[in-house]
Amino acid sequence: MRHALPLLLLLLWLPPARAAEPLVADLTSHFVAITTGFTGANVVLFGATDGPGDVIVVVRGPNRDAVVRRKSKVAGIWVNTRQVTFTGVPSYYAVYSTRPLDDVMPAAARALHDIGLANLRFDAVEKKRSPEEVADFRAALVRERRQEALYVDAVGGFNFFSGALFHLALGFPANVPTGNYTVQIFLVREGRVVGGQTSPLYISQAGVDAVVNDFARRRALIYGVLAVIGAALAGWLSSLPFRHA
Amino acid sequence: MDIYLPIAAISQDVFVLLALGGVVGFLSGVFGVGGGFLLTPLLIFIGVPHAIAVASSANQLVGASVSGALAHWRRGNIDFHMGIVLLVGGFAGSAAGVWFFALLRRLGQIDIAISLAYAILLGTLGVLMLVESTRAVLRLRRPGAGQRKLHQHIWLHGLPFKMRFRRSKLYISALLPLALGFFVGVLSAVMGVGGGFVMVPAMIYILGMPTAVVPGTSLFQIIFVAAGVTVLQAVENGTVDAVLALVLLVGGVVGAQLGTRFGTQLRGEQLRALLAILVLAVAAKLAFDLTVRPDDLYSLETIGQ
Repeated sequence: MRHALPLLLLLLWLPPARAAEPLVADLTSHFVAITTGFTGANVVLFGATDGPGDVIVVVRGPNRDAVVRRKSKVAGIWVNTRQVTFTGVPSYYAVYSTRPLDDVMPAAARALHDIGLANLRFDAVEKKRSPEEVADFRAALVRERRQEALYVDAVGGFNFFSGALFHLALGFPANVPTGNYTVQIFLVREGRVVGGQTSPLYISQAGVDAVVNDFARRRALIYGVLAVIGAALAGWLSSLPFRHA
Repeated sequence: MDIYLPIAAISQDVFVLLALGGVVGFLSGVFGVGGGFLLTPLLIFIGVPHAIAVASSANQLVGASVSGALAHWRRGNIDFHMGIVLLVGGFAGSAAGVWFFALLRRLGQIDIAISLAYAILLGTLGVLMLVESTRAVLRLRRPGAGQRKLHQHIWLHGLPFKMRFRRSKLYISALLPLALGFFVGVLSAVMGVGGGFVMVPAMIYILGMPTAVVPGTSLFQIIFVAAGVTVLQAVENGTVDAVLALVLLVGGVVGAQLGTRFGTQLRGEQLRALLAILVLAVAAKLAFDLTVRPDDLYSLETIGQ
Protein backbone atom coordinates (compact mmCIF):
# COMPACT_ATOMS: atom_id res chain seq x y z
CA MET A 1 0.00 0.00 0.00
CA ARG A 2 2.94 2.31 0.47
CA HIS A 3 3.25 2.46 -3.31
CA ALA A 4 -0.28 3.78 -3.57
CA LEU A 5 0.31 7.49 -3.57
CA PRO A 6 3.16 7.75 -6.09
CA LEU A 7 1.29 5.46 -8.46
CA LEU A 8 -1.89 7.43 -8.21
CA LEU A 9 0.04 10.58 -8.93
CA LEU A 10 1.65 8.88 -11.89
CA LEU A 11 -1.72 7.80 -13.23
CA LEU A 12 -3.04 11.34 -12.84
CA TRP A 13 -0.14 12.60 -14.92
CA LEU A 14 -0.63 10.08 -17.69
CA PRO A 15 -0.58 11.86 -21.07
CA PRO A 16 -4.06 12.53 -22.49
CA ALA A 17 -3.45 10.12 -25.40
CA ARG A 18 -3.71 7.20 -22.95
CA ALA A 19 -7.22 8.28 -22.08
CA ALA A 20 -8.30 7.00 -25.49
CA GLU A 21 -8.05 3.48 -24.00
CA PRO A 22 -11.24 2.76 -22.07
CA LEU A 23 -9.25 0.91 -19.39
CA VAL A 24 -5.65 1.10 -18.23
CA ALA A 25 -4.53 -1.04 -15.31
CA ASP A 26 -1.48 -2.72 -13.87
CA LEU A 27 -0.16 -4.45 -10.76
CA THR A 28 2.26 -2.72 -8.37
CA SER A 29 4.30 -5.91 -8.40
CA HIS A 30 4.46 -8.85 -10.78
CA PHE A 31 6.26 -11.11 -8.36
CA VAL A 32 5.24 -12.63 -5.02
CA ALA A 33 8.01 -14.36 -3.07
CA ILE A 34 7.07 -17.07 -0.59
CA THR A 35 9.70 -16.96 2.13
CA THR A 36 10.03 -18.67 5.52
CA GLY A 37 7.70 -16.26 7.31
CA PHE A 38 5.08 -16.26 4.54
CA THR A 39 1.51 -15.89 5.78
CA GLY A 40 -0.09 -14.65 2.60
CA ALA A 41 0.39 -11.55 0.44
CA ASN A 42 -1.45 -8.61 -1.04
CA VAL A 43 -0.78 -7.39 -4.55
CA VAL A 44 -2.26 -4.01 -5.39
CA LEU A 45 -3.91 -3.44 -8.74
CA PHE A 46 -4.22 0.12 -10.09
CA GLY A 47 -6.38 1.24 -12.94
CA ALA A 48 -8.05 4.12 -14.71
CA THR A 49 -11.22 4.08 -16.79
CA ASP A 50 -12.45 6.67 -19.28
CA GLY A 51 -15.82 6.92 -17.62
CA PRO A 52 -18.42 5.04 -15.58
CA GLY A 53 -18.79 1.27 -15.83
CA ASP A 54 -18.21 -1.90 -13.88
CA VAL A 55 -14.80 -3.44 -13.38
CA ILE A 56 -14.23 -7.20 -13.15
CA VAL A 57 -10.84 -8.66 -12.22
CA VAL A 58 -10.08 -12.34 -12.82
CA VAL A 59 -6.97 -13.88 -11.28
CA ARG A 60 -6.07 -17.33 -12.55
CA GLY A 61 -3.32 -19.62 -11.26
CA PRO A 62 -1.50 -22.36 -13.17
CA ASN A 63 -3.53 -25.43 -14.18
CA ARG A 64 -3.05 -28.67 -12.29
CA ASP A 65 -4.74 -32.04 -12.23
CA ALA A 66 -6.91 -32.75 -9.22
CA VAL A 67 -8.52 -35.88 -7.81
CA VAL A 68 -11.83 -35.64 -5.96
CA ARG A 69 -12.69 -38.63 -3.80
CA ARG A 70 -15.98 -39.53 -2.17
CA LYS A 71 -16.21 -41.43 1.09
CA SER A 72 -18.77 -44.08 1.98
CA LYS A 73 -19.17 -46.12 5.10
CA VAL A 74 -17.56 -49.55 4.75
CA ALA A 75 -17.60 -51.88 7.75
CA GLY A 76 -18.19 -49.00 10.14
CA ILE A 77 -15.49 -46.64 8.92
CA TRP A 78 -15.53 -43.94 6.27
CA VAL A 79 -13.25 -44.83 3.37
CA ASN A 80 -12.77 -43.35 -0.09
CA THR A 81 -14.78 -45.45 -2.50
CA ARG A 82 -15.23 -43.38 -5.65
CA GLN A 83 -13.01 -40.84 -7.37
CA VAL A 84 -12.99 -38.54 -10.37
CA THR A 85 -9.81 -37.01 -11.80
CA PHE A 86 -10.06 -33.61 -13.44
CA THR A 87 -7.40 -32.19 -15.75
CA GLY A 88 -6.57 -28.56 -16.44
CA VAL A 89 -8.05 -27.30 -13.18
CA PRO A 90 -6.92 -23.77 -12.22
CA SER A 91 -5.04 -24.13 -8.95
CA TYR A 92 -6.19 -20.62 -8.04
CA TYR A 93 -9.12 -18.61 -9.33
CA ALA A 94 -10.43 -15.32 -7.99
CA VAL A 95 -12.99 -13.00 -9.47
CA TYR A 96 -13.55 -9.51 -8.08
CA SER A 97 -16.33 -7.27 -9.34
CA THR A 98 -17.65 -3.85 -8.43
CA ARG A 99 -21.21 -5.20 -8.25
CA PRO A 100 -22.66 -8.76 -8.18
CA LEU A 101 -21.76 -10.51 -11.47
CA ASP A 102 -25.43 -11.20 -12.26
CA ASP A 103 -26.12 -7.45 -12.25
CA VAL A 104 -23.02 -6.59 -14.28
CA MET A 105 -23.35 -8.84 -17.30
CA PRO A 106 -25.60 -11.64 -18.60
CA ALA A 107 -24.62 -15.29 -18.08
CA ALA A 108 -23.91 -15.85 -21.78
CA ALA A 109 -21.40 -12.99 -21.89
CA ARG A 110 -19.70 -14.25 -18.72
CA ALA A 111 -19.42 -17.73 -20.24
CA LEU A 112 -17.85 -16.21 -23.34
CA HIS A 113 -15.11 -14.54 -21.31
CA ASP A 114 -14.75 -17.41 -18.77
CA ILE A 115 -15.73 -15.10 -15.94
CA GLY A 116 -16.99 -16.54 -12.65
CA LEU A 117 -16.69 -19.83 -10.75
CA ALA A 118 -19.66 -21.19 -12.72
CA ASN A 119 -17.63 -20.87 -15.92
CA LEU A 120 -14.51 -22.75 -14.87
CA ARG A 121 -13.75 -25.26 -17.58
CA PHE A 122 -12.05 -28.51 -16.76
CA ASP A 123 -12.69 -32.06 -17.87
CA ALA A 124 -13.10 -35.35 -16.04
CA VAL A 125 -10.63 -38.02 -17.08
CA GLU A 126 -13.06 -40.83 -16.26
CA LYS A 127 -15.55 -41.02 -19.11
CA LYS A 128 -17.78 -43.74 -17.70
CA ARG A 129 -19.34 -41.63 -14.94
CA SER A 130 -22.72 -40.08 -15.51
CA PRO A 131 -22.82 -36.30 -16.10
CA GLU A 132 -24.81 -35.81 -12.88
CA GLU A 133 -22.18 -37.65 -10.86
CA VAL A 134 -19.34 -35.68 -12.46
CA ALA A 135 -21.25 -32.46 -11.69
CA ASP A 136 -21.39 -33.47 -8.00
CA PHE A 137 -17.64 -34.10 -7.93
CA ARG A 138 -16.99 -30.84 -9.74
CA ALA A 139 -19.13 -28.95 -7.23
CA ALA A 140 -17.19 -30.62 -4.40
CA LEU A 141 -13.91 -29.49 -5.95
CA VAL A 142 -15.07 -25.87 -6.14
CA ARG A 143 -16.43 -26.07 -2.58
CA GLU A 144 -13.12 -27.43 -1.20
CA ARG A 145 -11.11 -24.79 -3.01
CA ARG A 146 -13.38 -22.03 -1.73
CA GLN A 147 -12.88 -23.29 1.81
CA GLU A 148 -9.12 -23.12 1.32
CA ALA A 149 -9.55 -19.56 -0.05
CA LEU A 150 -8.04 -20.70 -3.35
CA TYR A 151 -11.26 -19.98 -5.22
CA VAL A 152 -12.67 -16.58 -4.47
CA ASP A 153 -15.57 -14.54 -5.72
CA ALA A 154 -15.70 -11.16 -4.12
CA VAL A 155 -18.00 -8.22 -4.69
CA GLY A 156 -16.66 -4.77 -3.89
CA GLY A 157 -13.30 -4.06 -2.36
CA PHE A 158 -12.52 -1.55 -5.10
CA ASN A 159 -11.47 1.93 -4.03
CA PHE A 160 -12.48 4.54 -6.55
CA PHE A 161 -11.00 8.03 -6.68
CA SER A 162 -12.76 10.79 -8.57
CA GLY A 163 -14.89 8.19 -10.35
CA ALA A 164 -12.24 7.02 -12.82
CA LEU A 165 -9.18 5.92 -10.87
CA PHE A 166 -9.32 2.79 -8.74
CA HIS A 167 -7.20 0.41 -6.82
CA LEU A 168 -7.90 -3.06 -5.50
CA ALA A 169 -5.92 -5.27 -3.12
CA LEU A 170 -5.64 -8.84 -4.42
CA GLY A 171 -5.18 -11.04 -1.36
CA PHE A 172 -3.39 -14.38 -1.63
CA PRO A 173 -3.54 -16.91 1.23
CA ALA A 174 -0.52 -18.66 2.80
CA ASN A 175 -1.28 -21.88 0.90
CA VAL A 176 -1.25 -20.14 -2.51
CA PRO A 177 0.07 -22.43 -5.27
CA THR A 178 3.27 -21.37 -6.99
CA GLY A 179 3.63 -20.66 -10.71
CA ASN A 180 2.56 -18.30 -13.46
CA TYR A 181 -0.65 -16.35 -12.90
CA THR A 182 -2.63 -14.12 -15.20
CA VAL A 183 -4.65 -11.16 -14.00
CA GLN A 184 -7.38 -10.07 -16.42
CA ILE A 185 -9.13 -6.74 -15.94
CA PHE A 186 -12.40 -6.06 -17.74
CA LEU A 187 -14.39 -2.86 -18.07
CA VAL A 188 -18.08 -3.63 -18.60
CA ARG A 189 -20.79 -1.26 -19.77
CA GLU A 190 -24.41 -2.30 -20.35
CA GLY A 191 -23.45 -5.95 -20.10
CA ARG A 192 -20.72 -5.76 -22.72
CA VAL A 193 -16.95 -5.82 -22.29
CA VAL A 194 -15.69 -2.49 -23.65
CA GLY A 195 -12.10 -2.67 -22.44
CA GLY A 196 -9.75 -5.32 -21.22
CA GLN A 197 -6.20 -5.87 -20.19
CA THR A 198 -4.09 -8.82 -19.04
CA SER A 199 -1.18 -8.62 -16.66
CA PRO A 200 1.17 -11.44 -15.63
CA LEU A 201 1.98 -12.37 -12.05
CA TYR A 202 4.59 -14.86 -10.89
CA ILE A 203 4.35 -16.52 -7.47
CA SER A 204 7.36 -18.47 -6.37
CA GLN A 205 9.08 -19.85 -3.31
CA ALA A 206 12.14 -17.77 -2.57
CA GLY A 207 15.17 -17.99 -0.33
CA VAL A 208 15.94 -21.08 1.72
CA ASP A 209 12.53 -22.68 1.14
CA ALA A 210 12.83 -22.49 -2.62
CA VAL A 211 16.29 -24.06 -2.46
CA VAL A 212 15.09 -26.85 -0.16
CA ASN A 213 11.98 -27.60 -2.20
CA ASP A 214 13.79 -27.53 -5.54
CA PHE A 215 16.60 -29.69 -4.20
CA ALA A 216 14.18 -32.17 -2.62
CA ARG A 217 12.48 -32.65 -5.96
CA ARG A 218 15.48 -32.82 -8.26
CA ARG A 219 17.96 -34.61 -6.06
CA ALA A 220 15.62 -36.65 -3.89
CA LEU A 221 18.27 -39.20 -2.91
CA ILE A 222 20.86 -36.62 -1.83
CA TYR A 223 18.13 -34.64 -0.06
CA GLY A 224 17.07 -37.74 1.86
CA VAL A 225 20.66 -38.53 2.85
CA LEU A 226 21.27 -34.93 3.95
CA ALA A 227 18.02 -34.91 5.96
CA VAL A 228 19.28 -38.02 7.79
CA ILE A 229 22.75 -36.57 8.39
CA GLY A 230 21.25 -33.29 9.63
CA ALA A 231 18.99 -35.07 12.09
CA ALA A 232 21.79 -37.39 13.26
CA LEU A 233 24.12 -34.41 13.82
CA ALA A 234 21.42 -32.59 15.77
CA GLY A 235 20.91 -35.70 17.89
CA TRP A 236 24.65 -36.08 18.51
CA LEU A 237 25.13 -32.40 19.37
CA SER A 238 22.21 -32.47 21.76
CA SER A 239 23.67 -35.43 23.66
CA LEU A 240 27.04 -33.67 24.25
CA PRO A 241 26.02 -31.37 27.13
CA PHE A 242 24.54 -34.36 28.99
CA ARG A 243 27.52 -36.69 28.45
CA HIS A 244 28.61 -36.72 32.06
CA ALA A 245 25.16 -36.46 33.56
CA MET B 1 5.71 -16.58 14.70
CA ASP B 2 4.85 -18.65 11.65
CA ILE B 3 7.31 -20.80 9.79
CA TYR B 4 6.71 -21.93 6.22
CA LEU B 5 7.37 -25.64 5.78
CA PRO B 6 8.81 -26.07 2.28
CA ILE B 7 7.67 -29.64 1.55
CA ALA B 8 4.36 -29.56 3.38
CA ALA B 9 3.79 -26.15 1.67
CA ILE B 10 1.93 -24.82 4.69
CA SER B 11 2.67 -22.31 7.42
CA GLN B 12 2.71 -23.43 11.03
CA ASP B 13 3.41 -21.55 14.22
CA VAL B 14 7.00 -22.39 15.10
CA PHE B 15 6.22 -22.32 18.83
CA VAL B 16 3.41 -24.83 18.39
CA LEU B 17 5.86 -27.16 16.62
CA LEU B 18 8.55 -26.62 19.26
CA ALA B 19 6.01 -27.27 22.01
CA LEU B 20 4.81 -30.40 20.22
CA GLY B 21 8.37 -31.69 19.88
CA GLY B 22 8.96 -30.75 23.51
CA VAL B 23 5.88 -32.55 24.83
CA VAL B 24 6.63 -35.70 22.84
CA GLY B 25 10.31 -35.51 23.88
CA PHE B 26 9.29 -35.03 27.51
CA LEU B 27 7.01 -38.07 27.37
CA SER B 28 9.71 -40.15 25.72
CA GLY B 29 12.13 -39.04 28.43
CA VAL B 30 9.68 -39.89 31.22
CA PHE B 31 8.51 -43.22 29.81
CA GLY B 32 11.62 -44.28 27.91
CA VAL B 33 9.75 -44.79 24.64
CA GLY B 34 10.50 -43.17 21.29
CA GLY B 35 7.37 -41.07 21.22
CA GLY B 36 7.00 -41.37 17.44
CA PHE B 37 3.63 -43.04 17.91
CA LEU B 38 2.35 -39.85 19.55
CA LEU B 39 4.18 -37.39 17.29
CA THR B 40 2.58 -38.50 14.01
CA PRO B 41 -1.05 -38.36 15.23
CA LEU B 42 -0.43 -34.98 16.91
CA LEU B 43 1.04 -33.58 13.68
CA ILE B 44 -2.05 -34.85 11.86
CA PHE B 45 -4.30 -33.20 14.47
CA ILE B 46 -2.65 -29.79 13.88
CA GLY B 47 -3.16 -30.07 10.12
CA VAL B 48 0.05 -31.48 8.64
CA PRO B 49 -0.87 -33.79 5.73
CA HIS B 50 -0.82 -37.48 6.79
CA ALA B 51 1.91 -38.58 4.38
CA ILE B 52 4.22 -35.71 5.34
CA ALA B 53 3.60 -36.25 9.07
CA VAL B 54 4.69 -39.88 8.75
CA ALA B 55 7.82 -39.28 6.66
CA SER B 56 9.00 -36.26 8.66
CA SER B 57 8.47 -38.13 11.94
CA ALA B 58 10.82 -40.82 10.63
CA ASN B 59 13.35 -38.06 9.87
CA GLN B 60 12.97 -36.60 13.38
CA LEU B 61 13.35 -40.09 14.82
CA VAL B 62 16.86 -40.42 13.38
CA GLY B 63 18.06 -37.54 15.56
CA ALA B 64 16.08 -38.56 18.63
CA SER B 65 17.39 -42.14 18.53
CA VAL B 66 21.02 -41.08 17.88
CA SER B 67 20.77 -38.97 21.02
CA GLY B 68 19.31 -41.87 23.04
CA ALA B 69 21.55 -44.61 21.62
CA LEU B 70 24.71 -42.62 22.41
CA ALA B 71 23.75 -42.50 26.08
CA HIS B 72 23.30 -46.30 26.13
CA TRP B 73 26.49 -46.89 24.13
CA ARG B 74 28.53 -45.01 26.74
CA ARG B 75 27.24 -47.49 29.32
CA GLY B 76 27.99 -50.44 27.02
CA ASN B 77 24.34 -51.43 26.81
CA ILE B 78 24.10 -52.19 23.09
CA ASP B 79 24.23 -55.70 21.59
CA PHE B 80 25.61 -54.72 18.17
CA HIS B 81 25.47 -58.28 16.84
CA MET B 82 21.75 -58.53 17.60
CA GLY B 83 21.22 -54.96 16.37
CA ILE B 84 22.70 -55.77 12.97
CA VAL B 85 20.57 -58.88 12.49
CA LEU B 86 17.47 -56.88 13.45
CA LEU B 87 18.60 -54.20 11.04
CA VAL B 88 18.83 -56.58 8.06
CA GLY B 89 15.20 -57.53 8.67
CA GLY B 90 14.38 -53.87 9.31
CA PHE B 91 15.73 -52.66 5.97
CA ALA B 92 13.78 -55.32 4.07
CA GLY B 93 10.66 -54.42 6.05
CA SER B 94 10.99 -50.69 5.52
CA ALA B 95 11.54 -51.13 1.76
CA ALA B 96 8.36 -53.22 1.63
CA GLY B 97 6.60 -50.65 3.81
CA VAL B 98 7.56 -47.65 1.66
CA TRP B 99 6.43 -49.53 -1.45
CA PHE B 100 3.11 -50.33 0.26
CA PHE B 101 2.83 -46.67 1.32
CA ALA B 102 3.26 -45.51 -2.29
CA LEU B 103 0.63 -48.03 -3.42
CA LEU B 104 -1.89 -46.82 -0.83
CA ARG B 105 -1.15 -43.25 -1.86
CA ARG B 106 -1.92 -44.03 -5.51
CA LEU B 107 -5.16 -45.68 -4.45
CA GLY B 108 -6.07 -42.58 -2.41
CA GLN B 109 -6.36 -44.57 0.82
CA ILE B 110 -3.19 -43.48 2.60
CA ASP B 111 -4.85 -41.10 5.10
CA ILE B 112 -7.38 -43.70 6.14
CA ALA B 113 -4.75 -46.46 6.29
CA ILE B 114 -2.51 -44.37 8.57
CA SER B 115 -5.35 -43.38 10.89
CA LEU B 116 -6.66 -46.93 11.02
CA ALA B 117 -3.23 -48.44 11.68
CA TYR B 118 -2.69 -45.97 14.52
CA ALA B 119 -6.13 -46.49 16.02
CA ILE B 120 -5.68 -50.29 16.06
CA LEU B 121 -2.09 -50.28 17.28
CA LEU B 122 -2.51 -47.60 19.93
CA GLY B 123 -5.81 -49.10 21.07
CA THR B 124 -4.28 -52.55 21.53
CA LEU B 125 -1.15 -51.15 23.11
CA GLY B 126 -3.06 -48.90 25.50
CA VAL B 127 -5.24 -51.74 26.75
CA LEU B 128 -2.24 -54.07 27.21
CA MET B 129 -0.30 -51.39 29.08
CA LEU B 130 -3.24 -50.54 31.29
CA VAL B 131 -3.78 -54.22 32.18
CA GLU B 132 -0.06 -54.72 32.83
CA SER B 133 0.34 -51.65 35.02
CA THR B 134 -2.82 -52.42 37.00
CA ARG B 135 -1.47 -55.91 37.67
CA ALA B 136 1.89 -54.47 38.69
CA VAL B 137 0.21 -52.10 41.14
CA LEU B 138 -1.81 -55.00 42.60
CA ARG B 139 1.31 -57.21 42.77
CA LEU B 140 3.12 -54.57 44.80
CA ARG B 141 0.49 -54.95 47.50
CA ARG B 142 1.09 -58.73 47.67
CA PRO B 143 4.77 -59.11 48.47
CA GLY B 144 6.52 -62.31 47.48
CA ALA B 145 4.42 -62.90 44.35
CA GLY B 146 5.39 -62.08 40.79
CA GLN B 147 8.68 -63.98 40.50
CA ARG B 148 9.40 -64.99 36.93
CA LYS B 149 12.14 -67.03 35.27
CA LEU B 150 14.82 -64.83 33.72
CA HIS B 151 14.94 -66.72 30.44
CA GLN B 152 12.52 -69.28 29.17
CA HIS B 153 13.41 -71.34 26.13
CA ILE B 154 10.44 -71.59 23.78
CA TRP B 155 10.07 -73.65 20.56
CA LEU B 156 10.62 -70.52 18.41
CA HIS B 157 14.22 -70.35 19.59
CA GLY B 158 14.88 -73.79 18.09
CA LEU B 159 14.21 -72.76 14.46
CA PRO B 160 17.10 -73.28 11.99
CA PHE B 161 20.05 -70.85 11.38
CA LYS B 162 20.99 -70.64 15.04
CA MET B 163 23.34 -67.84 15.99
CA ARG B 164 25.25 -66.89 19.12
CA PHE B 165 24.62 -63.40 20.56
CA ARG B 166 27.33 -62.95 23.21
CA ARG B 167 26.25 -59.66 24.73
CA SER B 168 22.71 -60.97 25.20
CA LYS B 169 23.97 -64.43 26.27
CA LEU B 170 21.65 -66.10 23.75
CA TYR B 171 21.96 -68.94 21.22
CA ILE B 172 18.80 -68.69 19.13
CA SER B 173 17.58 -68.87 15.51
CA ALA B 174 18.48 -65.76 13.47
CA LEU B 175 15.07 -66.01 11.79
CA LEU B 176 13.44 -64.62 14.93
CA PRO B 177 15.21 -61.24 15.07
CA LEU B 178 15.02 -61.04 11.25
CA ALA B 179 11.23 -61.42 11.31
CA LEU B 180 10.89 -59.01 14.21
CA GLY B 181 13.08 -56.45 12.41
CA PHE B 182 11.01 -56.86 9.24
CA PHE B 183 7.70 -56.29 11.03
CA VAL B 184 8.98 -53.18 12.82
CA GLY B 185 10.48 -51.92 9.53
CA VAL B 186 7.04 -52.06 7.90
CA LEU B 187 5.52 -50.17 10.86
CA SER B 188 8.27 -47.61 10.65
CA ALA B 189 7.61 -46.90 6.97
CA VAL B 190 3.82 -46.85 7.09
CA MET B 191 3.44 -45.07 10.44
CA GLY B 192 6.64 -43.07 10.92
CA VAL B 193 7.33 -44.73 14.27
CA GLY B 194 10.51 -46.32 15.53
CA GLY B 195 8.51 -49.26 16.74
CA GLY B 196 10.21 -49.29 20.13
CA PHE B 197 6.89 -50.04 21.78
CA VAL B 198 6.67 -53.27 19.75
CA MET B 199 10.39 -53.99 19.65
CA VAL B 200 11.09 -53.66 23.37
CA PRO B 201 8.45 -56.12 24.64
CA ALA B 202 9.24 -58.52 21.77
CA MET B 203 12.97 -58.45 22.65
CA ILE B 204 12.22 -59.24 26.27
CA TYR B 205 9.41 -61.75 25.95
CA ILE B 206 10.05 -63.41 22.54
CA LEU B 207 13.83 -63.17 22.06
CA GLY B 208 14.51 -63.41 25.79
CA MET B 209 17.18 -60.70 25.85
CA PRO B 210 18.45 -59.31 29.19
CA THR B 211 16.52 -56.10 30.02
CA ALA B 212 19.67 -54.00 30.39
CA VAL B 213 20.65 -54.23 26.70
CA VAL B 214 17.11 -53.95 25.30
CA PRO B 215 16.56 -50.15 25.06
CA GLY B 216 20.06 -49.44 23.70
CA THR B 217 19.88 -52.20 21.07
CA SER B 218 16.37 -51.12 20.08
CA LEU B 219 17.47 -47.47 19.70
CA PHE B 220 20.61 -48.52 17.80
CA GLN B 221 18.65 -50.34 15.13
CA ILE B 222 15.93 -47.64 15.03
CA ILE B 223 18.57 -45.07 13.97
CA PHE B 224 19.32 -47.03 10.81
CA VAL B 225 15.79 -48.17 10.03
CA ALA B 226 14.50 -44.58 10.46
CA ALA B 227 17.39 -43.32 8.29
CA GLY B 228 16.53 -45.88 5.62
CA VAL B 229 12.83 -44.96 5.76
CA THR B 230 13.66 -41.24 5.49
CA VAL B 231 15.77 -41.74 2.37
CA LEU B 232 13.26 -44.12 0.77
CA GLN B 233 10.33 -41.77 1.54
CA ALA B 234 12.27 -38.83 0.08
CA VAL B 235 12.96 -40.74 -3.14
CA GLU B 236 9.73 -42.68 -3.50
CA ASN B 237 7.13 -40.24 -2.19
CA GLY B 238 8.86 -36.84 -1.75
CA THR B 239 7.18 -36.38 1.61
CA VAL B 240 10.11 -35.66 3.97
CA ASP B 241 9.99 -32.12 5.37
CA ALA B 242 13.48 -31.68 6.84
CA VAL B 243 12.62 -28.23 8.23
CA LEU B 244 9.67 -29.68 10.15
CA ALA B 245 11.85 -32.54 11.43
CA LEU B 246 14.59 -30.19 12.66
CA VAL B 247 12.17 -27.87 14.48
CA LEU B 248 10.55 -30.88 16.19
CA LEU B 249 13.99 -32.21 17.08
CA VAL B 250 15.03 -28.97 18.80
CA GLY B 251 11.90 -29.07 20.96
CA GLY B 252 12.23 -32.82 21.46
CA VAL B 253 15.81 -32.75 22.74
CA VAL B 254 15.04 -30.21 25.44
CA GLY B 255 11.83 -32.06 26.36
CA ALA B 256 13.60 -35.43 26.56
CA GLN B 257 16.24 -34.16 28.99
CA LEU B 258 13.61 -32.59 31.25
CA GLY B 259 11.52 -35.74 30.98
CA THR B 260 14.38 -38.04 31.98
CA ARG B 261 14.97 -36.05 35.16
CA PHE B 262 11.29 -35.88 35.97
CA GLY B 263 10.85 -39.59 35.25
CA THR B 264 13.33 -40.73 37.88
CA GLN B 265 11.24 -39.08 40.59
CA LEU B 266 8.03 -40.94 39.72
CA ARG B 267 6.88 -44.49 40.44
CA GLY B 268 7.03 -46.79 37.41
CA GLU B 269 3.59 -48.37 37.67
CA GLN B 270 1.65 -45.14 38.00
CA LEU B 271 3.73 -43.73 35.16
CA ARG B 272 2.86 -46.63 32.87
CA ALA B 273 -0.83 -46.35 33.74
CA LEU B 274 -0.63 -42.65 32.87
CA LEU B 275 0.99 -43.39 29.52
CA ALA B 276 -1.61 -46.10 28.83
CA ILE B 277 -4.42 -43.58 29.37
CA LEU B 278 -2.72 -41.06 27.09
CA VAL B 279 -2.24 -43.67 24.37
CA LEU B 280 -5.88 -44.75 24.65
CA ALA B 281 -7.06 -41.15 24.39
CA VAL B 282 -5.15 -40.66 21.11
CA ALA B 283 -6.48 -43.99 19.79
CA ALA B 284 -10.04 -43.02 20.74
CA LYS B 285 -9.76 -39.68 18.95
CA LEU B 286 -8.46 -41.38 15.78
CA ALA B 287 -11.14 -44.07 15.91
CA PHE B 288 -13.83 -41.45 16.48
CA ASP B 289 -12.66 -39.46 13.43
CA LEU B 290 -12.79 -42.60 11.30
CA THR B 291 -16.29 -43.68 12.29
CA VAL B 292 -18.12 -40.39 12.56
CA ARG B 293 -19.73 -39.12 9.35
CA PRO B 294 -17.37 -36.50 7.87
CA ASP B 295 -18.71 -32.96 7.37
CA ASP B 296 -17.85 -33.25 3.71
CA LEU B 297 -17.91 -36.68 2.09
CA TYR B 298 -15.71 -35.35 -0.70
CA SER B 299 -12.02 -34.67 -0.43
CA LEU B 300 -9.62 -33.10 -2.86
CA GLU B 301 -6.05 -33.86 -3.80
CA THR B 302 -4.05 -31.69 -6.19
CA ILE B 303 -1.59 -33.60 -8.35
CA GLY B 304 1.90 -32.13 -8.75
CA GLN B 305 3.11 -28.88 -7.36
